[in-house]
Amino acid sequence: MFDGIGRRVVSMWFPRLASDRVRRAHPVAGPFALVLRQGNADRLHCLNPAAERQGLARGMPLSDARAFCPDLLSRPADPARDAQFLHVLRRWATRYCPWVGLDGDAGLVLDITGAAHLFGGEGAMLADMRQNLARAGLSVRLGLGDTRGAAWALARYGEGPAAPGAGLAALGDLPIAALRLEPEVTVALQRLGLRTINALAATARAPIARRFGPDVLHRLDQALGAVPEAITPGAEPPHYGVRLTLPDPIGLQGDVMAGLARLLETLCAKLKAQEAGARALTLTLRRVDQGAQDVEVRLARPARDPARILPLFERGVAGIDAGFGIDRLRLEATQVEPLPVEQVSHVASDRGDRLDDLISRLGTRIGLENIQRFLPADSHIPERGFLIAPAAFSTPEGAWVSLRPRPLRLFPPEPIAGQGARPPHHFRWRRMALSVARGTGPERIAPEWWLEDDAWRSGLRDYWQVETTGGRRLWLFHTPQNPGWFVQGEFA
Amino acid sequence: MKPDVPSCYPLRKARVHEACGAGATGFAAIMAAHLSGPVLWLREGWRAETLNPVGLAAFLDPARVLVAQVRDQTEGLAVMEEALRDGAVPLVVIELGQPLDLTPGRRLQLAAKAGNSTGLCLIPEGMGSNAAETRWRCAPVFDADPGPGDSTLQSWEIIKNKSGTLGAWHVRWDWAARRLDVVPPAGE
Repeated sequence: MFDGIGRRVVSMWFPRLASDRVRRAHPVAGPFALVLRQGNADRLHCLNPAAERQGLARGMPLSDARAFCPDLLSRPADPARDAQFLHVLRRWATRYCPWVGLDGDAGLVLDITGAAHLFGGEGAMLADMRQNLARAGLSVRLGLGDTRGAAWALARYGEGPAAPGAGLAALGDLPIAALRLEPEVTVALQRLGLRTINALAATARAPIARRFGPDVLHRLDQALGAVPEAITPGAEPPHYGVRLTLPDPIGLQGDVMAGLARLLETLCAKLKAQEAGARALTLTLRRVDQGAQDVEVRLARPARDPARILPLFERGVAGIDAGFGIDRLRLEATQVEPLPVEQVSHVASDRGDRLDDLISRLGTRIGLENIQRFLPADSHIPERGFLIAPAAFSTPEGAWVSLRPRPLRLFPPEPIAGQGARPPHHFRWRRMALSVARGTGPERIAPEWWLEDDAWRSGLRDYWQVETTGGRRLWLFHTPQNPGWFVQGEFA
Repeated sequence: MKPDVPSCYPLRKARVHEACGAGATGFAAIMAAHLSGPVLWLREGWRAETLNPVGLAAFLDPARVLVAQVRDQTEGLAVMEEALRDGAVPLVVIELGQPLDLTPGRRLQLAAKAGNSTGLCLIPEGMGSNAAETRWRCAPVFDADPGPGDSTLQSWEIIKNKSGTLGAWHVRWDWAARRLDVVPPAGE
């Protein structure tokens, strides 16, 4: 470019990225489209060639498309997955050159300056790209030019490579839209009769700049190489995996823990540099006979302190069968969350930290989901008045409101003998003969008809708080629509 | 002369205590209410009977309670020992279904001492362990003359005490003030 070496840029455009991605996983024959909900209408987002041949187009409402083409198969679009897929493709494209950047939501731009000869020339490199992408089931259009703008224009509007230094000769016949202009600017230029890049380049610059602002000429200069344009290669996502290979196999638990301590130090330094904390870690121990065993640890809170994480592995490592010895250790943080650096002060209490550490440690023993906390829920139904959530993945919130006394213990309704709307004077419950001294009630609770619940099929419940002469205070209910008496709870 | 409740109540710290009887859950809830900080409640996951946090809210903030679902009693005791030794939770409550041997009971005591936290085992009647510091029998009592609000008259009887005498009291939980009132038993 400016330093005398001819810069060469490839632009890859995937015109049907979204539908190709889905069809790679679920091959379909015949017309197929992805549908995206925009506003309150389902519109076609991306279609395959068979659907395009039927006269369907992007942005068409799904109902119209169905009328045109009754056998159209459709699936909901997932733009987030498409973007992820494009990142995968970007990573793959670094096989051709190190400078690969994203270009829009369905394109890549590669700076192949000085890399083409490794593939036997530019023509062979483009053929290789085409072949690989076709094998992967992706339709692609490639443009090769001296500048990013030229490559972009050639990929979208005139497929094929431009010779080095071709400049205007390669781009001249392409329409104005190939200059990456706003649609309304393109239309205005076309109205002026400037339909091709040649026509625009031949026009006096000053009136264009006055009429449309500097943007149009800037884009033209970028395409022709008069103004430089950078390609930003996408950053590699940080990789949180470290490994240790040993010259001799080890088998003692202490040795494995010592190796693990070394790995943890490196990993935690990496996490600290990224201001991240590990939420789940996997230690893979590979034995000399090629067997591999995993030890997984999950934490109640993101952490990057080796001294805290190391003891959590002790239990798992103790259960490992070392066989003839372990010669490779690999530690990976499989789940990472942001953990910003915090100000340490003397007022902050470490009780929360200690509790989280305890939850992590107990979690390695009984499973992190089995340590739970209660969250209030908005329901009159006693069983649904609260939620149970894993403590590691929830925070205590909400207020507990109970207008009427509620029992301390709840159990599934246990039937007792009783008749009528008032609590029975004497009944047997759990092999105990109880007599009622006082009953408070009824408190009527109606089932939540909008939720399916077999336990509430019997309809309304009239709850009674019953005190027995023996002292026990029970929570009874009567189902008037389906006569019967049950015990559901016990008060303190 | 009987010791008054405050001498053996609240439960001595860094020890493991036991409670039995129909009012044991309420006893544990009142113990938790007197402490600050989180409470770990261990129960066997297969049991259908659950703690009701809405009812618990009358005693303490249910957000302080962490419930650990364990597979069986052995696992529960292991978890309890670890939690006691750690000391991050001032009170660990476990619901036991089978009698506790001297060895596990003693291990719990040592763990509680190391972590300076209190343990409470809710046991079926007559299945106490020799290692327990105190054992309480808690039973709800019928209140012929309840005050305003809910009646919560209970009889608390200390039936084992390693460092003190035994005794029995009638107590009542004051809902509004969240306080325990000792009431003279009727007829005395």
